[in-house]
Amino acid sequence: MPKHFFPESVKKFHDLLETRKSVPSLGTNIDVLKKIAWDYFSSTGIPLHRRGNELWKYTNLKPLSDTSFTLSSDSDVNVEDIVNEIPWSKDWHNILFINGMYRPDSLGKLDLPSGLSISDFQHNNMWANFGSLAKPNSGTFAALNTVFVQDGISIKIEPDTKIRKPINIIFVVSEVPRNFATFPRVYLDVGENSEATMIESYISLTSHPILTIPVVEIEQHTEAILRHYRIQMENENSFHIGSTRVGQKGSSKFESSTFATGPRIGRNDIHVSLNEPDATCQLHGLYITFGDQQQDNEISTTHSKPSCTSGQFYKGILAGKSTAVFSGDIVVEKGAQKSIADQKDLNLLLSKGVEIDTKPSLEIFADDVQCSHGATAGHIDLNSLFYLQSRGLDFNTAKAMLIRGFADEMIVEFELTELFEFISGLVDDIIPTLQSQSDTIGTT
Amino acid sequence: MLKISDLHVGLTADNNVKILKGIDLDVPSGEVHAIMGPNGGGKSTFANVLMGRPDYQITTGTIEFKGESILDLPPDARAHLGIFMAFQYPVEIPGVRPFQFLKAALDSRADATGQKKLSAREFTKRFDEKVVQVGINANLIKRSLNEGFSGGEKKRNEILQLEILQPVLAIMDETDSGLDVDALKIVAEGVNSQRSPDRSFLIVTHYQRLLNYIKPDRVHILVDGKIVETGGPELAVKVEKSGYKEYLT
Repeated sequence: MPKHFFPESVKKFHDLLETRKSVPSLGTNIDVLKKIAWDYFSSTGIPLHRRGNELWKYTNLKPLSDTSFTLSSDSDVNVEDIVNEIPWSKDWHNILFINGMYRPDSLGKLDLPSGLSISDFQHNNMWANFGSLAKPNSGTFAALNTVFVQDGISIKIEPDTKIRKPINIIFVVSEVPRNFATFPRVYLDVGENSEATMIESYISLTSHPILTIPVVEIEQHTEAILRHYRIQMENENSFHIGSTRVGQKGSSKFESSTFATGPRIGRNDIHVSLNEPDATCQLHGLYITFGDQQQDNEISTTHSKPSCTSGQFYKGILAGKSTAVFSGDIVVEKGAQKSIADQKDLNLLLSKGVEIDTKPSLEIFADDVQCSHGATAGHIDLNSLFYLQSRGLDFNTAKAMLIRGFADEMIVEFELTELFEFISGLVDDIIPTLQSQSDTIGTT
Repeated sequence: MLKISDLHVGLTADNNVKILKGIDLDVPSGEVHAIMGPNGGGKSTFANVLMGRPDYQITTGTIEFKGESILDLPPDARAHLGIFMAFQYPVEIPGVRPFQFLKAALDSRADATGQKKLSAREFTKRFDEKVVQVGINANLIKRSLNEGFSGGEKKRNEILQLEILQPVLAIMDETDSGLDVDALKIVAEGVNSQRSPDRSFLIVTHYQRLLNYIKPDRVHILVDGKIVETGGPELAVKVEKSGYKEYLT
């Protein structure tokens, strides 16, 4: 085979990589990881073949593989222009990435309490734990991130530290004349008996098709508590394939709430490993799709040791000709006795043209466990609609109230006031679009 | 106030199913009328048709409210005219809070009728007062509409809505079913406290016991889609004693 023969989707990324040739090496170790990642990616390419490929069965990546992207180190953006478009508070620890590059102190100087340190990869050589949870050969997009990663941060919370203010990481792609691809990376280490809140938001301020392939690795030590929020809301021409990898030690607690809307193709891929006894994790999320969007939720939890508890609870609202996937997987390994796990995915289908592929799955190899799962898909309830109308609300207002009501239990999980208002406002702004792309109620 | 002539109603989904077979009824302003009858006679259908439930289709007949036909009006437009129905089975609606929902309902009526909207403060005052008056658990009412409410609490919530919306014609669809005596009294007090010369009530019930607390002006017996007898309060006492047997062929 000639040296540079690749499948078309690989060639595109190969050419993209060529444009980066002049970038200096980050060190031998990283070069090794990048080589492993590239070898992995070039052997698979973008997974376009869906039949028999459980991980990508319901998501068509052809629009992504047909689009060409460029890389950028351009972060010349006026921060004043974006402060109204992002969830933030001046009282939080705000960390801003613009066009994939970390912009320290751009939302006010970081005033970090003792026990919390944030270092950027570029300037502090913070690559020590890079790839420890998201292995370079553990999947197409973790591999692509490893190959192309431009910038990232490593956050360390020392043991016995309670970080009161949320750590708010915002990834913005601003108005740019090209199709940017960004590959940001975050590593978070929550020390023993420590506690923190982390928010990740992915936002575009351009209508160009952008590609975002982030990887977030979270290591939680014994009795560490992390409240995690993730907001994915790029423009409708864009692509977002995010991987979150969490490793939990004994009695640690991870609670995650995600909100996904926007991109033409969005994928929220979270995997949590409960590696020691008594760890707990809750993975919750809301996805709202319309137009011809595809949103894929690849949510998995592995119980490796006894007495861990996990939950997966997702809700979806679909309109237009959009499609969504909930692929929930909970694996209870042999020996992980006294595991408690439940998963559910509930969907509100607003039009005849939508498709939901919901696949809650439990794989249990232990015999003393308590597990349950379920999924539903339904239309707006006619009885509820009539009830609200009988009190004087017109059809559209009543329907909007029912859509908002369906989303409500997920929205209220975004407890921080500024965050709640941001998400709540976002959903209220989307509802008229959903209504305009809705052609079904009741059982019809 | 309400004038119904020769009303025939079937199911929207199946034209062959005929439920109401020629109803004539006149409810003047200020009067309380009871519709009684055996199960399956069409009582609930009748109540729901008046409110405009789309599951039912009117094949012939007229319904006039204050001299105007309401046949072509959707449920919300009927509500704006002042028609209210307390549901036999109030719907549980997750994520919709009674406070916001009722404020939106009042605002929408104010918009439709050109009345002044209540300020948030005025509404809060009215809401809080009525919650106390109806005896609903104040924590419960902050949660989702009817979700997790017991049968009795749901019915109280219907009365709360009646009290807040202050309709001109209130249709009570078997509001007494499944209620203990205390809840029954709350429902009756709700109705009695709102009786006035310009407000009418239509009480749909299977049993006479609610009528021990709400004295009707007229009682109608609805059997097999038709009103077969009309009388005063004594008619309710009579059917309580002898049942509906004599009307069933």
